[in-house]
Amino acid sequence: MLSELIDSIAGMKEERALSLARELLEGGVDPLKVLESCREAMTIVGQRFEECTYYLPELMLAGEMLQEISQMAKPRMTKGLEVRRRGRVVIGTVQGDIHDIGKNIVTMLLDVHGFEVHDLGVDVPPQKFIDAIKAVQPEILGLSALLTVAFEPMKRTIQAITEAGLRDSLKIMIGGAPIDERIRQYSGADAYGADAMVAVELSKGWTEGHKTLA
Amino acid sequence: MGKSPEELYQERAKRVWDVIALKEPDRVPFLPTFTFFPVNYAGLSCEEAMYDYDKIGAAYRKALLDLEPDMFNSPYLTLAIGPLLEILDYKLIRWPGHGVAPDKTYQFVEGEYMKAEEYDDFLFDPTDYMLHTYLPRVCGTLAPFSRLPNFPMIYYTRFVAGLTPFGEPEVGEAFEVLRRAGVESQRLVGKAVAFGQEMQALGFPAQYGAFAIAPFDYIGDFFRGTRGIMVDIYRRPEKLLALLDKVTRITIQSTLRSLQATSVPVVFIPLHKGIDGFMSLEHFKTFYWGSLRQLILALIDEGLTPCVFWEGHCESRLETIRDIPKGKAMYRFEQTDFAIAKEVLGDTVCMRGNVPASLLCTGSPDEVTAYCKQLIDVAGKGGGLIIDGAIGIPDEAKPENALAMARATRQYGCYG
Repeated sequence: MLSELIDSIAGMKEERALSLARELLEGGVDPLKVLESCREAMTIVGQRFEECTYYLPELMLAGEMLQEISQMAKPRMTKGLEVRRRGRVVIGTVQGDIHDIGKNIVTMLLDVHGFEVHDLGVDVPPQKFIDAIKAVQPEILGLSALLTVAFEPMKRTIQAITEAGLRDSLKIMIGGAPIDERIRQYSGADAYGADAMVAVELSKGWTEGHKTLA
Repeated sequence: MGKSPEELYQERAKRVWDVIALKEPDRVPFLPTFTFFPVNYAGLSCEEAMYDYDKIGAAYRKALLDLEPDMFNSPYLTLAIGPLLEILDYKLIRWPGHGVAPDKTYQFVEGEYMKAEEYDDFLFDPTDYMLHTYLPRVCGTLAPFSRLPNFPMIYYTRFVAGLTPFGEPEVGEAFEVLRRAGVESQRLVGKAVAFGQEMQALGFPAQYGAFAIAPFDYIGDFFRGTRGIMVDIYRRPEKLLALLDKVTRITIQSTLRSLQATSVPVVFIPLHKGIDGFMSLEHFKTFYWGSLRQLILALIDEGLTPCVFWEGHCESRLETIRDIPKGKAMYRFEQTDFAIAKEVLGDTVCMRGNVPASLLCTGSPDEVTAYCKQLIDVAGKGGGLIIDGAIGIPDEAKPENALAMARATRQYGCYG
């Protein structure tokens, strides 16, 4: 039944997935096992997104299913789900820009692919990024923007991080509709992503060989 | 001797209309879309631009005279809206002094302003839904409208009960808000008309007579939000399709009505949620393109020219969106490869845009010139090309780059 749950989530059969999850939990199956299967299904969804057979409707519906099943499982759990993490990412939309759809998609995909993501939200001033980098000590920083008004703040944020002495231990990726190689150079970031999957590939590459975090 | 403004007006209009009709013009037209670029160029703050109707007019005039585009777009109906937003206490936009710094442009706040279970209400009676539920939610000062009666129930002696909400002071205040908003809108339209006449006298035809939006984006941007509408594709596809159909008919009707007040037969339709990467081609055809194409065809049937702005990349959509009458529309593209687009669409529709925002904001005039020259070489053969920035002229574009774009079009865009 667990494999049917995985297929139902990955196949976008929401009603079937939810009723299966309920049956499993009520039948006494370990909620951690149910959540493990959900995570497995999310990996398949992530792969299909990468292969361009799935897009935002599928990604977002899978996210909703995961959330609903997690809520069902939570009251039955005695301990939290331990997830092996590939690395830590701090992410946010830079100061002056309040858009978050792109950033949220990247956050979700990074989470699906095993990263611990600290999302600082939108309109984030440089100092807030610096504080979070000090507190979280991430391997990767992601800066997001939708508007051209964010070009300068991106540059300023990276400058401030450099001045705070935090740049060397950090890989910085930027992304968003108007972002390209020219803005990568202009801002001083290490890389840019033309779409959300690039952020995952970059993050995987940068953390390869790192010891997985418990 | 230089040409008179009237001669320039005719020459510029013919140039653009030749391109739309897929005839070779005298040269590639230059149609830069302005938003806040003229504001920065004139040294105004965005806050001044949104509130001072005369200052923003002067800023636009200066940019137009310096760049000499083939047509102008007006700042009044989409930019100088600060007073109106304030009167309405509008929730979908944050603007200078209201959640955004004075030197920053206004920004859209996406949300789930219509709940999933409200599809039936909207479908049953859109006007009732707007009055009782939507407007009170998105306009703080119209919140008392949620207490309005059911209008079909105001009949015979039942009008006594039906009319009582109109006696409430808060409801009265909300109507007063609407009246003030109406007066302000009239002022704006008056400014827009005067600006159009002034530009005509200077030799510049207008780009657009009306704005419309793709039905999917109307629901996705302003009602359900991205997550809401994307999930609705799976959870309630029939309801979504039914609402798309209803919204398509309302959009066609209101666009035709708004065009009665103008002689400019072009409708600008900016698109958001149907581009590459957002949904599969199958979903695009079913949920996005079907209703958008219906809108495009209805406008063309009425003798109008849709200017459809395909944001992001749209390479995977080109074969599909080719299915419109030849020489009757304009497709603006942001990042779509113009060489590929020219091949697929070249005999169907003219193309506009593509000069990257990053280049215009951070590059040099020489780089801009080289880019425009190459764009003309790749996509300008025999006509069919209009030069504009990928997203128009970015607000933060370097002025020397915008000027280089204008010069390069004149220098390298001549035919014959």
